[in-house]
Amino acid sequence: MTEGQTPVVELKGVTVAYGRLRVLEDVDLIVPAGAFLAVIGPNGAGKTTLVRTILGLVKPVKGTVRVFGRSPEALGALRREIGYVPQMHAVDLRFPVRARDVVMMGRYARLGLFRRPGRADREAVQRAMARVGVADLADRPLGDLSGGQRQRVFLARALATEPRLLILDEPTAGVDAQATKSLYELLREFQREGMTVIMVSHDVGVVSQYVDGVACVNRRLVAHGRPEVVLTEATLNEMYGCQALFFHHGHAPHMVVRALDQEKTEGK
Amino acid sequence: MLDFWHYAFMQRALLGGVMVGLLTAIIGVYVVLKGMSFMGAGVAHASFGGVALGFLLGVDPLWTAVGFCLLVAWGIGMVTRRGGIKEDTAVGIFFASTMAFGVLLIGLMHGYNVDLFSYLFGSILAITAADLKMVLGVGVVALLMVALLYKEFLYITFDPETARVNGLPEPALYYLLLALIALTIVVSIKVVGIVLVSALLVTPAASAYQLSRTFGRMMALSALFGVLSVVVGLVLSYYLNTASGATVVLTATVIFALSLLGRQWREARGAHEEG
Repeated sequence: MTEGQTPVVELKGVTVAYGRLRVLEDVDLIVPAGAFLAVIGPNGAGKTTLVRTILGLVKPVKGTVRVFGRSPEALGALRREIGYVPQMHAVDLRFPVRARDVVMMGRYARLGLFRRPGRADREAVQRAMARVGVADLADRPLGDLSGGQRQRVFLARALATEPRLLILDEPTAGVDAQATKSLYELLREFQREGMTVIMVSHDVGVVSQYVDGVACVNRRLVAHGRPEVVLTEATLNEMYGCQALFFHHGHAPHMVVRALDQEKTEGK
Repeated sequence: MLDFWHYAFMQRALLGGVMVGLLTAIIGVYVVLKGMSFMGAGVAHASFGGVALGFLLGVDPLWTAVGFCLLVAWGIGMVTRRGGIKEDTAVGIFFASTMAFGVLLIGLMHGYNVDLFSYLFGSILAITAADLKMVLGVGVVALLMVALLYKEFLYITFDPETARVNGLPEPALYYLLLALIALTIVVSIKVVGIVLVSALLVTPAASAYQLSRTFGRMMALSALFGVLSVVVGLVLSYYLNTASGATVVLTATVIFALSLLGRQWREARGAHEEG
């Protein structure tokens, strides 16, 4: 089988449990090379667990995970082909590092143990920062940056690993609408250049205009396919629960209502 | 004025003290940034069990303390990572049980008048040539490790998860860091004692944190503050005839207070410049 035919990510019957709590159940998912996939679903639906499983940070109790055709533990050097942008709240914002230091971390695994970054690495850092438009922030401490700027610095770090697969967990949390839009546009550019992008998101409405695939997760994989096919009222109902939920609970369902409205208007 | 330098015990104390000040300050940077201050205190108190075991078996208590602290540090790490228990809970359990173990062992040594006080509160002026060798040996090895694994330790401290995703052997590095913390604590016991060692592990690094916006600067400042605390503390204790370990720790605390003032002053000046 050639490289192009192997799906970048392939999950078969994957069940993940924390103790007795089943977070994901019997998930089948294939992400072909060059896809731009949004993983959506309500809070606590297992979106983050899904990407953590792909990354090999969580082991499923059942089923198989394949990334670049191998199990996450057996990836070896292929690990460097994965760029990861974690949720921002996982990071200590008062940590004494400059933006460029954060991006340089993306080169560390490539360098190998004991070795110090050299000129090629500094150039790669510079390129990655320029690519996402934060080159001028290189010397600023992380804590001085806005939410959107910080997000781009972490995106630059993921790019500095020179990935084939880019995985982002809620990259637009705490980022304003304009910055969200330009981030999605940037990700679509990466996709056009051949990168596979998987992004966890809670905003169904905007994201569907940029991605070419949506995976709706609520413990199970409720639906997976092209956004215009998947994002039906039936799917959203199944994913977010009964209709009443849309109007009375939480802000994620509220966005769903907006998404449906948008689609209806676009359809006319 | 520099008459303290004429005594061999004072030379040994200063030499050993500088190494301990440097080592605790450097390792302390990771302890502070990773939020492991309580872990430091817990492992330090666990060494009490190790010291008591050494006395009971009739071997150098520092060696038994090394083994004991390594096991406790790894134990806490393992229980936290695998057992799904919060780190501070795990520390609390190990902290109390190892102290109790030490007290139990000492109770078994009927009539044996152990000089435990020097281990609890430090006796750097009584440091022997053999002690000094151990302090310097462990210190050099630990500092070399930090120098070699500078970028790896930085990455797992800042963002352990992404470090793992990128393919760094994060669990191994974490356990190695725990081992360095345990070793640092044991060699520091001679200087400031079990009760006060966690102060040296936290205070200089916390002072440096107030004044640093890069990791390298925090390392350098912490090292400076650590060495300064030990040297100034020792010399002060010599002239004031006070307990050496306590004087060292209080010196470090004064530096911390000054660093807080320094940060406030800098922030006020920064606000003024911007405004």
